[in-house]
Amino acid sequence: MESRIITKTQELIKRVRFSKSSKEKKRETKTQEVIRRFKSNKSAVFGLILILVLVFFAIFADVISPNDPTPSPPELEKSLKPGFWSEDGLEGMPLGTDMLGRCILSRILHGARISLSVGFVAVGIAALIGITLGVTAGYYGGWIDSILMRIVDIMFSFPGLLLAIVIVAVIGQGLDKAMIAIGIVYSPQMARIIRGSVLYVRETEYIEAQRAIGSSNWRIVFRHVIPNSMAPIIVYGTLMMATAILDAAALGFLGLGAQPPSPEWGAMLSGSRFYIVSGAWWAATFPGIAIVFAVLGLNLLGDGLRDILDPRLKT
Amino acid sequence: MRWYIAKRLAMLVPVMLGVSIIAFSLIHLAPGDPARTMLGERATQEQLNEIREKYGLDKPIYVQYGVWLNNILHGDLGRSITTHEDVAKEIGERFPNTMELTIAAMIFAIIVGVFAGIISATKQYSITDYTFMGIALFGISMPVFWLGIMLMMIFGVVLGWLPIGGRIDLLIPFQRVTGFMVVDSIITGNFPALISVLRHLILPAVALGTIPMAMIARVSRSSMLEVLRQDFIRTERAKGLSERIVIYKHAVRSAMVPVVTVIGLNFGLLLAGAILTETVFSWPGIGRLVVNAVYARDYPLVVGCILVFAIAFVIVNLVTDILYTRIDPRIQYE
Repeated sequence: MESRIITKTQELIKRVRFSKSSKEKKRETKTQEVIRRFKSNKSAVFGLILILVLVFFAIFADVISPNDPTPSPPELEKSLKPGFWSEDGLEGMPLGTDMLGRCILSRILHGARISLSVGFVAVGIAALIGITLGVTAGYYGGWIDSILMRIVDIMFSFPGLLLAIVIVAVIGQGLDKAMIAIGIVYSPQMARIIRGSVLYVRETEYIEAQRAIGSSNWRIVFRHVIPNSMAPIIVYGTLMMATAILDAAALGFLGLGAQPPSPEWGAMLSGSRFYIVSGAWWAATFPGIAIVFAVLGLNLLGDGLRDILDPRLKT
Repeated sequence: MRWYIAKRLAMLVPVMLGVSIIAFSLIHLAPGDPARTMLGERATQEQLNEIREKYGLDKPIYVQYGVWLNNILHGDLGRSITTHEDVAKEIGERFPNTMELTIAAMIFAIIVGVFAGIISATKQYSITDYTFMGIALFGISMPVFWLGIMLMMIFGVVLGWLPIGGRIDLLIPFQRVTGFMVVDSIITGNFPALISVLRHLILPAVALGTIPMAMIARVSRSSMLEVLRQDFIRTERAKGLSERIVIYKHAVRSAMVPVVTVIGLNFGLLLAGAILTETVFSWPGIGRLVVNAVYARDYPLVVGCILVFAIAFVIVNLVTDILYTRIDPRIQYE
């Protein structure tokens, strides 16, 4: 018992000392704090590096690709040649060629551009719809909330990919339409997250203060409610981008998303999977690895951001 | 409890109505004349008139919806444009295959996932733990169709151990009873067919089950770690119970509650994943059916598949919710 009291006292002394020394330190801003916490999270940093590499590939795809990703007419005499690991490989085609003689490396590099933009645009659409619905439902409450949340419930009763397929069935196939479909499919999830966050922000004292000084609803929503709900939007937006890339690749694979000859990763797999029987394993392997990297990177980054930005986990 | 189930069933009504409205509007949002959408381009004038009469296409939209809904509730889902077969029959033939695939995938996911999670938790920070969790992390980031292609390549093409697609070896005579081919081959005592059916099932089930397996492994690990730190576990160890009984009899039981949640959530993912897995392995289920129907703009078939998927999804969610109360008596529904 005695020893416990001593340790308690020691701990208190330690805390006082610590708080003194931290007060002497220059006060760090919110951004500095987030960056410091981010740096100490190894998997988040690793995820960010993966994503930055892909962003680099996407921006400089034209410069760093060794070949044209979609040569026309196709050079069929070069079809299904292996890459650097084999004697039969072609010069300047490090990852080999697909069934139409196109350089797989160049296509993957250009595919990064497509997949990342799909992720951004789809999540952007989801955020736009989700913020509108979520803020309206959460801020105004009442019957608006009930109706909007019932609609969200109905959309949740479809598996995501199936709903995307349904939307594509109505608006037609293609990469742009796949982005819209995925954006719509993800919006209910976004709406729920934002609604939850708005419900919390709405009850805080500074919002009450805003009401007291007579700020309009619009001003409160745009200047205070939305900016204070940003953390979950960033966290879940990042994680959603991972699944958006997966779903876009899935639609491309099914032939309902990006159409050939687009170097979209999923569409690349869809064409080349039939050639694994003849031993051309590379054409169906590398685009998949690219998808895994992108999704893994975003998942790690999103998980890390959640640990950092979620105030409930803060110590 | 009974009251809760009744309430949940009552709540299904608006959800299913919403689903039916989405499905109904699909036919009407599709470009062109709905009668042609339902019959295809080569329909004759008489057929068109007949369908207009039957579905009341000259009447206001809400009447049309009523007629359509009435037909659906009587099991009439219309005819497929491409095969001219009854949509309900087409779906009925393929649905058992999808069920078999998802159930097999789930069994794989639960067995492997739970065991990997338990072992990781009991040997926290060991090499086994890191290996399992590394695999699990890759597992949740992998596209199911790519994993399917890779498995097919390794075990089907390179090693030649398992067939690369289809449901059964076509040379084997097979008698259809229930539609569930595993069950049918057991009932009819058709041993070669059973072997062939199971061999065809392994790769698609593993491909489809890997993502849920990874999620289940991660959740079982963290849930086990939490339970192992609790007092009653320490008491049991102090009592001198063997480690095996402590872990497998007592700790696992309380660690499984969050795992059931993940299993329930993943059933929906499995249904979506089945669409992709069936395409990769040429599996004759409704996942492949719906994709081909979208391709062919066969709207009656698309609508039928969507309804079946949505009903399956909703029922699974309901069953999971009810199961919670059985597993965790602390959860009580009013």
